[in-house]
Amino acid sequence: MDVMGRRNLFFAISAIVILVGLVFLATRGLNLGVDFTGGSLIRVRLDHPVTAAEVRDALVAPELADMHLEKAVIQPIEGTNDVQIRAHVQGKPLSDPQLKRVVDTLSARLGSASVIEAEMVEPVIGKELLSKAMMAVLLGWIGILIYVSVRFEYRFAVAGVAALIHDVLVILGMFAILGREVNSPFIAAVLTIVGYSINDTIVVFDKIRENLKFRKRETYEELVNKSITQTLGRSLNTSLTTLLPVIALYLFGGATIKDFSLALIIGLISGTYSSIFVASPIWLIWKNWERDRQRKFAVAKAR
Amino acid sequence: MGLCEFWGKRGNRLVRPGMLWKILGVIVIVAICAGVIYKLPMNLGLDLKGGTRLVLEAQDTSTVKVDEDAVQRAKEVIQRRVDQLGVAEPVIYRQGERRIVVELAGVKDPQRAKEIIGKTAMLEFKDESGNIIMTGDDLKNATAGYDEYGRPAVHFELTPAGGKKFEKATRENLGRQISIILDNQVLSSPVVQAVIKDKGIIQGMRSMEETKDLSMMLRAGALPVPMKILHSETLEPILGRESINQSAVAATIGIALVLLFMLGMYRLPGIMADVALAVYAFIVFAAMAALHATLTLPGIAGMILSVGMAVDANVIIFERIKEELRGGKRLRAAIEAGFTRAFTCILDSNLTTLITAGVLYIYGTGPVKGFAVTLTLGILASMFTAIVVTRIIMTAIVDRNPERYARYFGA
Repeated sequence: MDVMGRRNLFFAISAIVILVGLVFLATRGLNLGVDFTGGSLIRVRLDHPVTAAEVRDALVAPELADMHLEKAVIQPIEGTNDVQIRAHVQGKPLSDPQLKRVVDTLSARLGSASVIEAEMVEPVIGKELLSKAMMAVLLGWIGILIYVSVRFEYRFAVAGVAALIHDVLVILGMFAILGREVNSPFIAAVLTIVGYSINDTIVVFDKIRENLKFRKRETYEELVNKSITQTLGRSLNTSLTTLLPVIALYLFGGATIKDFSLALIIGLISGTYSSIFVASPIWLIWKNWERDRQRKFAVAKAR
Repeated sequence: MGLCEFWGKRGNRLVRPGMLWKILGVIVIVAICAGVIYKLPMNLGLDLKGGTRLVLEAQDTSTVKVDEDAVQRAKEVIQRRVDQLGVAEPVIYRQGERRIVVELAGVKDPQRAKEIIGKTAMLEFKDESGNIIMTGDDLKNATAGYDEYGRPAVHFELTPAGGKKFEKATRENLGRQISIILDNQVLSSPVVQAVIKDKGIIQGMRSMEETKDLSMMLRAGALPVPMKILHSETLEPILGRESINQSAVAATIGIALVLLFMLGMYRLPGIMADVALAVYAFIVFAAMAALHATLTLPGIAGMILSVGMAVDANVIIFERIKEELRGGKRLRAAIEAGFTRAFTCILDSNLTTLITAGVLYIYGTGPVKGFAVTLTLGILASMFTAIVVTRIIMTAIVDRNPERYARYFGA
């Protein structure tokens, strides 16, 4: 399989996905959950399914006018009588009396409403979480960089981490494009993907390392192609065995972990792709570049 | 494969004697795990059983700066208040320098719990010129009751020291007002009618419920510094039960798909991997129970995910064995080489995943931490089952007649 010959095509595919994602990130931004923004997340159970518009009408009712809930994010949860409301009052979470008023108003207008989940987050917590999350991802990368440098070599380490950065950008971009909610489980999903994708990459690298030992007259290009072909069965099979349960989780696991599973699905696909089509080509380009430089150097010396 | 064949035509020996002990070892491990799972209840997170979680942060005031001692005392006061609420198995712990986390499962009225836990409840008795006569610390006991007009009121008894202070103050202030102030709000300002030594009442409450709550807080003591609720989360148990049911369905379907996939893809070794996967599940659940780890919703997701990763190691090994077989090795040698060569690859790839799980554990809070724990246990258990258990099962079966089984390896 000639993956390396078509490496520019694969780079282009990645670049397009990431660029589109970045455009959305820059223009629309991420749909940050209350964990990050601060505010209230309320899940209300009604006795019949309602639409977002009905709930919105209730939230902007005169009796709640002082709370200015026009910008609340309202999301009916499919297949249930539940509706999820994300709101804040002047950047702060709703107080208990305010929450009670909201529920009373919903009850009066839409029939029996009860709160089954309420999360109130002060903005300071969100900022902390965001910096901690970035710290965690960064530390994860550094840890992997060190480990792979020690066990393999720094070129593999850098190429591997480049693939991880690729995966994180793809997940973030896709979430920006799809407008899905980014919350603390999302961070867990991203870090899982960081762990999973490097796992996948290492298997390919391990093969390259092994083939390098027995290398005779082949070019690096042929060697990487051979290594990828040899590990392809494994890569696809394990991606599938990991994807199957996560897809089941997405379809049947309930609303709470839908976004979490979606992040995993996107990441698993991106992780498998990047292990084969991003990490190895980067290593190859680096290796070829070094070889060319050495040759030039040798030629210059000979003169 | 008929039973007769399985037991062997030539001899009555199923496996080599050395192998027998290893198989017994695996069975013993599974039995111990089953025992642990049966005996120790699984610790469910609040997102699965419902409840309230509060993160409180000690605040500086103009007079008091937050220090280690204040936070420690605040934690003790909160502990006493929670005890008064009568919640089963509350979890209260420090987080960082000035934060306290309170987790209450199965609390009946979360709003009220929140109010009682978060209120400073600093009670002060002041004379007309604003001098503090005594504080809530001088109370020995407080109970909810009624005053002479049938209005709700807190009846308090004083400690000996408090009694002396109050006696002196009431003697000096006869005919004048003494204000009773809770968290800087005046509850009542009765006129002193007589010298009081050991007990009294506090009026000014709007309802019996408020009176009960106040007496409860006075019994538990005031918080040394005000606490701000930074994060609160309340989840009804019914939602937790729904999550468990949905996860169970998703897990069953997901795992069944993996088992079928392995069977379809790898035939005989696939069955062995499936058996190893079952052993894996036993080990992970038992380890969770033994470590008193909390199972959360993302934790379940982590487990389901690690099922996929668990078979990964087996896939690497099986692909390797296939390769060795194609290279012309005999089955037994191919299996040996497959396991040995795959080992470094499995180790390297899993250790990198462990690094990220470790980072998650250190930086994560609540559910994310739970996820990191299950992921870590999952990775460790999967390495053990894939490398040790699968190998034992495979050797046990193949050893009897290697050449016969070679064709089931799909080379």
